[in-house]
Amino acid sequence: MKPLNETKITFISRSANEGFARATVAAFAAQLDPAVDELADLRTAVSEAVTNAIVHAYPDRLGPITLTVQLFENGCIRVQVKDRGRGIPDVHQAMEPLFTTGGEERSGLGFSVMESFTDRLRVRSKPDKGTTVTMEKYIAPRVRCKV
Amino acid sequence: MQLELTRQDDELTARLIGELDHHGAGEVRERIDTAVLQHRCRRLMLDFSGLTFMDSSGIGLIMGRYRLMCSLGGTLKIQGSSQRLESVIRLAGLEKLPIWGQTERKTTYETTQ
Repeated sequence: MKPLNETKITFISRSANEGFARATVAAFAAQLDPAVDELADLRTAVSEAVTNAIVHAYPDRLGPITLTVQLFENGCIRVQVKDRGRGIPDVHQAMEPLFTTGGEERSGLGFSVMESFTDRLRVRSKPDKGTTVTMEKYIAPRVRCKV
Repeated sequence: MQLELTRQDDELTARLIGELDHHGAGEVRERIDTAVLQHRCRRLMLDFSGLTFMDSSGIGLIMGRYRLMCSLGGTLKIQGSSQRLESVIRLAGLEKLPIWGQTERKTTYETTQ
C-alpha cells in the first residue's frame, strides 16, 4: 500500500533531538486528526525509539538517525527510526521488559513502552550496521457532527 | 525541562515542569541528588503536576530516587501525576511502591464532562 503522505528527516544523535523528533512526528501525524491520547501514545513511543538510538547505537560518538513517517489512507501511521550504529547483538533479549545495558538510571522499559503504545513493532538489527525500529499505529476514525 | 526545588527542614520538594525525557533527566537527577545530600534531606517529594510529557526516562528517575532515599533511610513521595503519566508508570509496575501521594485526575474529569 502506498502512503498518502511521507516525510523523512535525518538528524544527529544529540539528546536535544529527542524532543524535536516527537514534536515532528506529532505535527505530521496531525493530518490524520488523531485524538489527544493517540497522539500522546505516538509521541511517547517515538521518544523511546529515538532515545534508544542516541544512548545505545552511538554510545561514544554522534551519528545519523533517520526518521521516516508515513500516513496511510486506512488511518495507519508508520514511523521508522533508523540508525547506522553498533547494532543489537540479541534483539530478543533487548526487547525483554527491564533488560537494559544503560546503567542504573535507565529503566529497561523502552521497547515495552513502544510495544504497548503502538499497534505493531518490528526491530531489525545487524551488529556494526545499525538498527531499524518500525512502529505502526492506527488512528481511529472520528465521528464528527455536521452542523 | 524546568526544575523548582524548595526545602523545608528535611523535606525537599522537586517540581518538574515541561517534558521529562532522557535529554532533561540527567540534569534533573543531578540537581535533586545534590540538594538531598547537601541538606541531608530525609523526605523527597517529586511533584509531577507541571509535566506535559514523560517517557520511560521518568521511570528511571523515580526508581533511582527511590533507591537513593532508601539508602539514606528516608522516604520518597510522588504527587500530581496525571492519568497519562500513570499509563507509563503502570507499565513499570511502580504503582505498587508506597510512594504515591495526591493524584490529579484531570483527564478523567475532562472525559466525563
